[in-house]
Amino acid sequence: MNDINMSYTLILLALPFLMFLVLGLLGNKMKPLVAGVLGTLSLGVMAAVAYYTAYQYFFVVGKVGEVYQSLPVFNYEWLQFYGELKINLGIMLDPISALMLVVITTVSLMVHIYSLGYMKGERGFQRYYALLSLFTFAMLGLVVATNIFQMYIFWELVGVSSFALISFYYTKPSAVAASKKAFIVTRFADLFFLIGILIISYFAGTFDFATLTDPDAPFIGSAVGATFLGGTALSWALAFIFIGGAGKSAMMPFHIWLPDAMEGPTPASALIHAATMVVAGVFLVARLFPIYVGTTVLEIIGWVGAITAAYAAIVACAQTDIKRVLAFSTISQIAFMITSLGVSGYGGHDGLGYMASMFHLFTHAFFKALLFMGAGAVIHAVHSNEMKDMGGLRKYLPITHITFAVAVLAIAGIFPFSGFWSKDEIMAAAFHHNKAIFALLFFAACLTAFYMSRLYYRIFWYDNNKDYHHKPHEAGPTMTIPLIILAILAAFSGFVPFSKYITSDGKAFEAHIDMLVAGLSTLAAVGGIVVATLMYAKKKDAPNKFTQTFPRLYKWASDRFYFDEIWLFVTRKIIFDRISKPIAWFDRHIVDGFMDGLAYVTQAASDKIKGLQSGHIQQYIFVYLIGALSLVFIFIFFIAFLLS
Amino acid sequence: MNNIPMEACLAISTLMFFAGVYGFLSRKNMIMVLVSLELMLNAVDLNFVVFNRYLYPGQMEGMFFALFGIAIAAAETAIAIAIIINIYRNVKRIYIDENITELKH
Repeated sequence: MNDINMSYTLILLALPFLMFLVLGLLGNKMKPLVAGVLGTLSLGVMAAVAYYTAYQYFFVVGKVGEVYQSLPVFNYEWLQFYGELKINLGIMLDPISALMLVVITTVSLMVHIYSLGYMKGERGFQRYYALLSLFTFAMLGLVVATNIFQMYIFWELVGVSSFALISFYYTKPSAVAASKKAFIVTRFADLFFLIGILIISYFAGTFDFATLTDPDAPFIGSAVGATFLGGTALSWALAFIFIGGAGKSAMMPFHIWLPDAMEGPTPASALIHAATMVVAGVFLVARLFPIYVGTTVLEIIGWVGAITAAYAAIVACAQTDIKRVLAFSTISQIAFMITSLGVSGYGGHDGLGYMASMFHLFTHAFFKALLFMGAGAVIHAVHSNEMKDMGGLRKYLPITHITFAVAVLAIAGIFPFSGFWSKDEIMAAAFHHNKAIFALLFFAACLTAFYMSRLYYRIFWYDNNKDYHHKPHEAGPTMTIPLIILAILAAFSGFVPFSKYITSDGKAFEAHIDMLVAGLSTLAAVGGIVVATLMYAKKKDAPNKFTQTFPRLYKWASDRFYFDEIWLFVTRKIIFDRISKPIAWFDRHIVDGFMDGLAYVTQAASDKIKGLQSGHIQQYIFVYLIGALSLVFIFIFFIAFLLS
Repeated sequence: MNNIPMEACLAISTLMFFAGVYGFLSRKNMIMVLVSLELMLNAVDLNFVVFNRYLYPGQMEGMFFALFGIAIAAAETAIAIAIIINIYRNVKRIYIDENITELKH
């Protein structure tokens, strides 16, 4: 099957990296617009290559018999440790990486075009495009990784570019703090990821996904044999790897960085913190899914996801910054994907959750990017992130209004928009697996419809007669065209027959709509929207009354249930005060003290004996003479003693 | 002549030698240091001659060694004087003190 040469996929990695170097090093010599257009054009080329690759994979070379294979189209041995343990760099195509190629390049292209308008006139425009290229390079490298180590390398690169983009406005202290927070939190989680990789490679003797995810790989048995604190080595490794994924995907309790990451430019948030990077954790679990299947760890993953989904949905209802609402919505939706993996089995219809997760990843990327870009257009128009500065904008921003409405309907899960299809599959998978998880997801889905509608009404309706200092106006075509394209995708991407292409074992199966679940989730969505319409369509007292009835609940939700404070307490009061400070004291007083003592003794001793090196020749001779004489006397008496 | 005991000769040479040592250590003037050095050398020459004369009267090695030493002393004095003159030309002093180190470079 490999007779078709697919090494052209290397362009997907080479081009953005080249662009990063060109824009990063020479960007300041170019006019901003030239740099932006150059980056956008190269992304257009990449998107074309990615579509062609996906087409080739899904319809020409990928299928052997009835099963989609994973094709290592390029593999280069980079580091050899011993025996089979080596690190390769390469490109592997399989259903999920081909899917991700399409998602990443599409959203990235939209963001590139959109940013031409949104970022116009910003200082560091070229730097922004260079970083976008770096991010695209890293993300593509992550999804096509042939082995877990390559994935880890690109995983960190993604983190770095995210860090750099969050702190794009580096003169704002809050942006700098947010980027530091994002980097430290994800880095802390990545430490576990690395430990997990080391454990798994120790038992498996390889980093290769092909060997690791072979369902009857011999290493699984050997890793099950070794236990630690009641869990097998394999479970520990999988749990640690999931913690890494939870850090990137902002699962509880590592979600705290994502809302703050909204300090970055809005299009970058759309690309990184909504559509692509944050689903890396989902992708990671999906990539290693054959090992996860059937373990307790997967069960835990399902619960973590479900709880996070409900939690983030509650918090999103009480936020007033529109980007923060979207951030919590992202956390909640990614949690849906994670839960879906957690409730999935392997093969055939059992793998419904896996398919649904990837499906939701696909549709979510479009409607969430659309929501962010729409929010960006709104912010662009009113120069504020706060809901209180908005209202009645549907008259001024008609295109943004329509596309935003499409995205809201999609995320709420209204038939026939894309979110309905993918969310319904997730609900069905959860329903058949565990009713409690289903209940949590159902609750989260209700709230999703509610808070998204609330956001929509607060921006575009609510205060219809609000007077603005500057009359808000629709943004230019560079910003509205991506919105329209994404709106079309958000509306119709649900009709892709996913279960034919992307399944846990590569075989197609027939997914059908479960009428009971579909009815329930539609009911939830409609219910949420109706409640929000009653409360927020016009300016009324109802929301205030509600918050006054449950002041504590509202306060807790708007303060994000104090997770940041808990983390601060743990790090400041426990880790810094109880662990770091004593260690620092030990370092400063014992370790440094020992070294300082050595230096002090040496100095004092040399001070005492430096008189010997006076440079006075006569003194030297005197000393020499005394020495010679004493030697003579000793010698004479010694001989006399011997002779006597 | 033969009545003079060997010990008396050795005492004189020892006296000369330590007078030289003392001068070498205590004098600051380089000429005086050189003189003290000569004193020590001559004390050693005297020892050679005395031992040859009293212990091995039939042989001449000690005498020759003394002559040899005198020749070396003369050459060494010539060199030392040359050095001292050069120092004098440079720093206008011939005392052993810190100034001499300036000639190191």
